[in-house]
Amino acid sequence: MTISASLDERFRAAAAAASLLDVAFDVIPDTPIGPLLVGVTDQGVCRISFDAEPEHNLESLARQYGPRVLRSSKPVERVRRELDEYFAGRRQRFDVEPDVRFLPAYNRLVLEELARVEYGTTTTYGTLAAQTGNPRAARAVGTVMHRNPVPIVLPCHRVIGASGSLTGYAGGLHLKEQLLRLEGAIL
Amino acid sequence: MIPPFEIFYAAHRDEVFRFLGRRLGRERAEDAFQETFLRALRAYPRLEHGDHLRAWVFTIASRIVLDEARRVQPQGELPELATEDGLPAFEDLAPLTDDLPPKERAAVVLRYGYDLGYDEIGAALGSTEQAARQAASAGVRRLRKERQ
Repeated sequence: MTISASLDERFRAAAAAASLLDVAFDVIPDTPIGPLLVGVTDQGVCRISFDAEPEHNLESLARQYGPRVLRSSKPVERVRRELDEYFAGRRQRFDVEPDVRFLPAYNRLVLEELARVEYGTTTTYGTLAAQTGNPRAARAVGTVMHRNPVPIVLPCHRVIGASGSLTGYAGGLHLKEQLLRLEGAIL
Repeated sequence: MIPPFEIFYAAHRDEVFRFLGRRLGRERAEDAFQETFLRALRAYPRLEHGDHLRAWVFTIASRIVLDEARRVQPQGELPELATEDGLPAFEDLAPLTDDLPPKERAAVVLRYGYDLGYDEIGAALGSTEQAARQAASAGVRRLRKERQ
Protein backbone atom coordinates (compact mmCIF):
# COMPACT_ATOMS: atom_id res chain seq x y z
CA MET A 1 0.00 0.00 0.00
CA THR A 2 1.43 3.35 -1.01
CA ILE A 3 0.01 6.73 -0.12
CA SER A 4 -2.32 8.34 -2.63
CA ALA A 5 -1.11 11.19 -4.80
CA SER A 6 -3.70 13.49 -3.25
CA LEU A 7 -2.54 12.76 0.32
CA ASP A 8 1.05 13.32 -0.77
CA GLU A 9 0.15 16.67 -2.36
CA ARG A 10 -1.88 17.66 0.69
CA PHE A 11 1.07 17.10 2.98
CA ARG A 12 3.43 19.03 0.69
CA ALA A 13 0.98 21.95 0.52
CA ALA A 14 0.43 21.90 4.30
CA ALA A 15 4.19 21.92 4.94
CA ALA A 16 4.58 25.03 2.81
CA ALA A 17 1.47 26.72 4.21
CA ALA A 18 2.80 26.25 7.75
CA SER A 19 6.09 27.95 6.71
CA LEU A 20 8.05 24.88 7.76
CA LEU A 21 10.29 24.64 4.70
CA ASP A 22 13.78 26.02 4.24
CA VAL A 23 13.46 25.44 0.50
CA ALA A 24 10.44 24.45 -1.59
CA PHE A 25 11.34 23.17 -5.03
CA ASP A 26 9.55 21.93 -8.11
CA VAL A 27 10.48 20.80 -11.58
CA ILE A 28 9.03 22.69 -14.54
CA PRO A 29 9.18 19.93 -17.14
CA ASP A 30 8.38 21.77 -20.34
CA THR A 31 10.04 25.15 -20.81
CA PRO A 32 11.34 26.07 -24.29
CA ILE A 33 14.86 25.44 -22.99
CA GLY A 34 13.98 22.07 -21.43
CA PRO A 35 13.16 21.04 -17.87
CA LEU A 36 14.17 23.41 -15.06
CA LEU A 37 14.35 22.81 -11.34
CA VAL A 38 13.27 25.87 -9.35
CA GLY A 39 13.89 26.35 -5.62
CA VAL A 40 12.42 29.12 -3.49
CA THR A 41 12.86 30.25 0.11
CA ASP A 42 10.75 32.70 2.07
CA GLN A 43 13.13 35.36 0.75
CA GLY A 44 12.91 34.62 -2.95
CA VAL A 45 14.15 32.31 -5.67
CA CYS A 46 17.34 30.54 -4.63
CA ARG A 47 17.89 27.97 -7.40
CA ILE A 48 17.18 27.64 -11.10
CA SER A 49 18.94 24.58 -12.40
CA PHE A 50 19.28 23.31 -15.97
CA ASP A 51 20.00 19.96 -14.36
CA ALA A 52 16.43 19.31 -13.23
CA GLU A 53 17.23 16.00 -11.51
CA PRO A 54 16.19 16.64 -7.87
CA GLU A 55 18.83 14.26 -6.54
CA HIS A 56 21.53 16.47 -8.03
CA ASN A 57 20.21 19.55 -6.24
CA LEU A 58 18.82 18.48 -2.85
CA GLU A 59 22.10 18.03 -0.98
CA SER A 60 23.52 21.40 -1.94
CA LEU A 61 20.22 23.19 -1.23
CA ALA A 62 20.09 21.55 2.20
CA ARG A 63 23.68 22.55 2.92
CA GLN A 64 23.12 26.15 1.89
CA TYR A 65 19.64 26.88 3.25
CA GLY A 66 18.79 24.15 5.77
CA PRO A 67 17.67 20.50 5.69
CA ARG A 68 13.95 21.08 5.25
CA VAL A 69 13.98 20.85 1.48
CA LEU A 70 10.73 19.51 0.02
CA ARG A 71 9.04 19.44 -3.35
CA SER A 72 5.97 21.64 -3.11
CA SER A 73 4.45 23.30 -6.14
CA LYS A 74 2.51 26.15 -4.58
CA PRO A 75 5.44 28.28 -3.37
CA VAL A 76 7.12 27.89 -6.76
CA GLU A 77 4.05 29.00 -8.71
CA ARG A 78 4.99 32.65 -8.90
CA VAL A 79 8.44 32.00 -10.35
CA ARG A 80 6.94 29.48 -12.74
CA ARG A 81 4.44 32.09 -13.97
CA GLU A 82 7.12 34.75 -14.41
CA LEU A 83 9.31 32.31 -16.33
CA ASP A 84 6.34 31.36 -18.56
CA GLU A 85 5.77 35.04 -19.32
CA TYR A 86 9.46 35.56 -19.99
CA PHE A 87 9.66 32.66 -22.43
CA ALA A 88 6.49 33.89 -24.13
CA GLY A 89 8.15 37.28 -24.65
CA ARG A 90 5.68 39.02 -22.34
CA ARG A 91 8.07 39.78 -19.46
CA GLN A 92 11.36 41.67 -19.55
CA ARG A 93 12.01 42.02 -15.83
CA PHE A 94 11.47 39.59 -12.97
CA ASP A 95 9.57 40.76 -9.92
CA VAL A 96 10.60 37.82 -7.77
CA GLU A 97 13.67 38.54 -5.62
CA PRO A 98 16.77 36.36 -5.89
CA ASP A 99 17.93 34.82 -2.60
CA VAL A 100 21.70 34.40 -2.86
CA ARG A 101 22.54 35.07 0.79
CA PHE A 102 24.92 32.09 1.12
CA LEU A 103 27.27 33.40 -1.59
CA PRO A 104 30.54 35.21 -0.80
CA ALA A 105 30.29 39.00 -0.71
CA TYR A 106 32.16 39.46 -4.00
CA ASN A 107 29.77 37.14 -5.86
CA ARG A 108 26.78 39.01 -4.44
CA LEU A 109 28.28 42.34 -5.47
CA VAL A 110 28.85 41.18 -9.05
CA LEU A 111 25.37 39.63 -9.26
CA GLU A 112 23.85 42.88 -8.01
CA GLU A 113 25.55 44.69 -10.85
CA LEU A 114 24.47 41.97 -13.26
CA ALA A 115 20.83 42.48 -12.24
CA ARG A 116 21.03 45.96 -13.79
CA VAL A 117 21.85 44.66 -17.28
CA GLU A 118 18.67 45.28 -19.26
CA TYR A 119 16.64 42.82 -21.29
CA GLY A 120 17.72 42.68 -24.91
CA THR A 121 21.20 44.12 -24.23
CA THR A 122 24.57 42.55 -23.51
CA THR A 123 27.61 43.54 -21.52
CA THR A 124 31.10 42.03 -21.19
CA TYR A 125 32.94 40.28 -18.38
CA GLY A 126 35.47 43.14 -18.36
CA THR A 127 32.79 45.80 -18.07
CA LEU A 128 31.18 44.04 -15.12
CA ALA A 129 34.61 43.64 -13.56
CA ALA A 130 35.29 47.36 -13.91
CA GLN A 131 31.88 48.23 -12.48
CA THR A 132 32.63 46.14 -9.41
CA GLY A 133 35.99 47.69 -8.68
CA ASN A 134 38.62 45.71 -10.57
CA PRO A 135 38.83 46.01 -14.37
CA ARG A 136 41.29 43.12 -14.50
CA ALA A 137 38.96 40.67 -12.75
CA ALA A 138 37.15 39.56 -15.93
CA ARG A 139 38.05 35.94 -15.24
CA ALA A 140 36.76 36.13 -11.67
CA VAL A 141 33.53 37.62 -13.01
CA GLY A 142 33.33 34.68 -15.40
CA THR A 143 33.54 32.32 -12.44
CA VAL A 144 30.78 34.24 -10.62
CA MET A 145 28.59 33.92 -13.73
CA HIS A 146 29.29 30.22 -13.98
CA ARG A 147 28.21 29.75 -10.35
CA ASN A 148 25.12 31.96 -10.64
CA PRO A 149 22.49 29.95 -8.71
CA VAL A 150 19.55 31.68 -10.41
CA PRO A 151 20.30 32.01 -14.14
CA ILE A 152 17.66 33.74 -16.31
CA VAL A 153 16.34 35.70 -13.28
CA LEU A 154 19.88 37.01 -12.80
CA PRO A 155 20.72 37.35 -16.49
CA CYS A 156 24.24 35.96 -16.82
CA HIS A 157 23.35 35.03 -20.41
CA ARG A 158 23.66 38.75 -21.19
CA VAL A 159 27.38 38.72 -20.39
CA ILE A 160 29.63 37.93 -23.36
CA GLY A 161 33.28 38.17 -24.34
CA ALA A 162 34.84 41.48 -25.36
CA SER A 163 35.30 40.12 -28.88
CA GLY A 164 31.56 39.47 -29.15
CA SER A 165 31.89 35.71 -28.76
CA LEU A 166 29.34 34.15 -26.42
CA THR A 167 32.19 32.52 -24.44
CA GLY A 168 30.41 30.11 -22.07
CA TYR A 169 27.21 29.21 -20.22
CA ALA A 170 26.42 26.74 -17.46
CA GLY A 171 23.43 25.40 -19.38
CA GLY A 172 25.40 25.12 -22.65
CA LEU A 173 26.19 27.77 -25.24
CA HIS A 174 23.15 26.85 -27.34
CA LEU A 175 20.90 27.94 -24.46
CA LYS A 176 22.72 31.24 -24.09
CA GLU A 177 22.23 31.83 -27.78
CA GLN A 178 18.56 30.84 -27.56
CA LEU A 179 17.91 33.26 -24.68
CA LEU A 180 19.70 36.17 -26.40
CA ARG A 181 17.75 35.44 -29.57
CA LEU A 182 14.48 35.40 -27.61
CA GLU A 183 15.36 38.82 -26.21
CA GLY A 184 16.32 40.14 -29.64
CA ALA A 185 19.87 40.84 -28.48
CA ILE A 186 21.26 38.81 -31.38
CA LEU A 187 19.70 37.81 -34.67
CA MET B 1 24.60 14.86 8.38
CA ILE B 2 20.79 14.99 8.18
CA PRO B 3 19.48 14.12 4.71
CA PRO B 4 17.29 16.65 2.89
CA PHE B 5 13.73 16.21 4.17
CA GLU B 6 12.53 15.13 0.72
CA ILE B 7 14.76 12.03 0.86
CA PHE B 8 13.68 11.17 4.40
CA TYR B 9 10.00 11.67 3.53
CA ALA B 10 10.13 9.65 0.31
CA ALA B 11 11.90 6.79 2.10
CA HIS B 12 9.37 6.43 4.92
CA ARG B 13 5.99 7.84 3.84
CA ASP B 14 4.50 4.57 2.59
CA GLU B 15 5.44 2.40 5.55
CA VAL B 16 4.38 5.09 8.04
CA PHE B 17 1.04 5.29 6.28
CA ARG B 18 0.66 1.49 6.34
CA PHE B 19 1.40 1.49 10.05
CA LEU B 20 -1.13 4.26 10.73
CA GLY B 21 -3.69 2.52 8.54
CA ARG B 22 -3.37 -0.68 10.59
CA ARG B 23 -3.74 1.16 13.87
CA LEU B 24 -6.40 3.72 12.98
CA GLY B 25 -8.12 2.66 9.79
CA ARG B 26 -7.60 4.29 6.46
CA GLU B 27 -9.68 7.40 7.00
CA ARG B 28 -8.17 8.52 10.29
CA ALA B 29 -4.76 7.47 9.04
CA GLU B 30 -4.76 10.31 6.50
CA ASP B 31 -4.95 13.04 9.13
CA ALA B 32 -2.50 11.19 11.36
CA PHE B 33 -0.10 10.87 8.43
CA GLN B 34 -0.10 14.59 7.81
CA GLU B 35 0.33 15.30 11.52
CA THR B 36 3.22 12.83 11.79
CA PHE B 37 5.25 14.41 9.03
CA LEU B 38 4.40 17.97 10.05
CA ARG B 39 5.70 17.17 13.54
CA ALA B 40 8.76 15.57 12.01
CA LEU B 41 9.30 18.69 9.90
CA ARG B 42 9.06 20.94 12.97
CA ALA B 43 11.61 18.89 14.88
CA TYR B 44 13.86 18.15 11.90
CA PRO B 45 16.31 21.09 12.20
CA ARG B 46 17.01 20.14 15.81
CA LEU B 47 18.20 16.62 14.96
CA GLU B 48 21.89 16.22 15.54
CA HIS B 49 22.45 13.36 13.11
CA GLY B 50 20.61 11.25 10.57
CA ASP B 51 20.88 7.90 12.39
CA HIS B 52 17.74 6.02 13.38
CA LEU B 53 15.46 8.34 11.41
CA ARG B 54 13.12 5.47 10.75
CA ALA B 55 12.71 4.60 14.42
CA TRP B 56 12.35 8.31 15.11
CA VAL B 57 9.48 8.87 12.70
CA PHE B 58 7.74 5.72 13.93
CA THR B 59 8.02 7.02 17.47
CA ILE B 60 6.27 10.22 16.36
CA ALA B 61 3.61 8.21 14.51
CA SER B 62 3.09 5.99 17.57
CA ARG B 63 2.62 8.99 19.79
CA ILE B 64 -0.03 10.34 17.43
CA VAL B 65 -1.81 6.96 17.45
CA LEU B 66 -1.78 7.11 21.22
CA ASP B 67 -3.11 10.70 21.30
CA GLU B 68 -5.77 9.69 18.86
CA ALA B 69 -6.77 6.67 20.96
CA ARG B 70 -7.06 8.91 24.01
CA ARG B 71 -9.11 11.44 22.12
CA VAL B 72 -11.56 8.77 21.04
CA GLN B 73 -11.66 7.03 24.44
CA PRO B 74 -10.98 9.72 27.00
CA GLN B 75 -12.37 7.67 29.90
CA GLY B 76 -9.12 5.93 30.70
CA GLU B 77 -9.93 2.78 28.81
CA LEU B 78 -6.29 2.15 28.08
CA PRO B 79 -5.30 0.83 31.51
CA GLU B 80 -1.82 -0.23 30.54
CA LEU B 81 -0.94 3.39 29.80
CA ALA B 82 -2.01 4.76 33.15
CA THR B 83 0.55 5.07 35.93
CA GLU B 84 0.24 6.02 39.57
CA ASP B 85 1.10 9.66 39.19
CA GLY B 86 -1.04 10.04 36.10
CA LEU B 87 1.85 10.43 33.67
CA PRO B 88 1.59 8.28 30.59
CA ALA B 89 3.87 5.31 30.69
CA PHE B 90 6.11 6.47 27.86
CA GLU B 91 6.99 9.67 29.69
CA ASP B 92 8.16 7.58 32.61
CA LEU B 93 10.10 5.32 30.35
CA ALA B 94 11.91 8.03 28.44
CA PRO B 95 14.32 9.11 31.22
CA LEU B 96 14.69 5.56 32.54
CA THR B 97 15.85 4.25 29.20
CA ASP B 98 18.22 7.11 28.38
CA ASP B 99 21.32 4.98 28.74
CA LEU B 100 20.20 2.03 26.62
CA PRO B 101 21.65 1.48 23.15
CA PRO B 102 19.31 3.18 20.62
CA LYS B 103 17.73 0.04 19.24
CA GLU B 104 17.01 -1.49 22.63
CA ARG B 105 15.70 1.82 23.87
CA ALA B 106 13.35 2.19 20.92
CA ALA B 107 12.13 -1.38 21.34
CA VAL B 108 11.49 -0.96 25.08
CA VAL B 109 9.73 2.38 24.66
CA LEU B 110 7.62 1.21 21.74
CA ARG B 111 6.68 -2.02 23.50
CA TYR B 112 6.00 -0.81 27.03
CA GLY B 113 5.36 2.88 26.44
CA TYR B 114 3.24 2.67 23.33
CA ASP B 115 2.01 -0.88 23.58
CA LEU B 116 2.99 -1.75 20.04
CA GLY B 117 3.19 -5.35 18.92
CA TYR B 118 6.60 -6.84 18.13
CA ASP B 119 5.69 -7.04 14.44
CA GLU B 120 5.09 -3.28 14.39
CA ILE B 121 8.22 -2.56 16.39
CA GLY B 122 10.15 -4.73 13.96
CA ALA B 123 8.75 -2.66 11.09
CA ALA B 124 9.57 0.57 12.91
CA LEU B 125 13.14 -0.45 13.51
CA GLY B 126 13.68 -1.86 10.05
CA SER B 127 14.20 -5.38 11.34
CA THR B 128 12.08 -8.41 12.18
CA GLU B 129 9.53 -9.29 14.81
CA GLN B 130 12.04 -11.70 16.28
CA ALA B 131 14.78 -9.07 16.46
CA ALA B 132 12.37 -6.58 18.06
CA ARG B 133 11.46 -9.12 20.74
CA GLN B 134 15.13 -9.76 21.43
CA ALA B 135 15.98 -6.04 21.54
CA ALA B 136 13.15 -5.34 23.99
CA SER B 137 14.08 -8.19 26.31
CA ALA B 138 17.79 -7.31 26.13
CA GLY B 139 16.81 -3.74 27.04
CA VAL B 140 14.72 -4.85 29.98
CA ARG B 141 17.54 -7.15 31.21
CA ARG B 142 19.97 -4.30 30.96
CA LEU B 143 17.65 -1.97 32.87
CA ARG B 144 17.27 -4.55 35.66
CA LYS B 145 20.99 -4.95 35.87
CA GLU B 146 21.58 -1.19 36.02
CA ARG B 147 19.09 -0.86 38.85
CA GLN B 148 20.81 -3.40 41.06
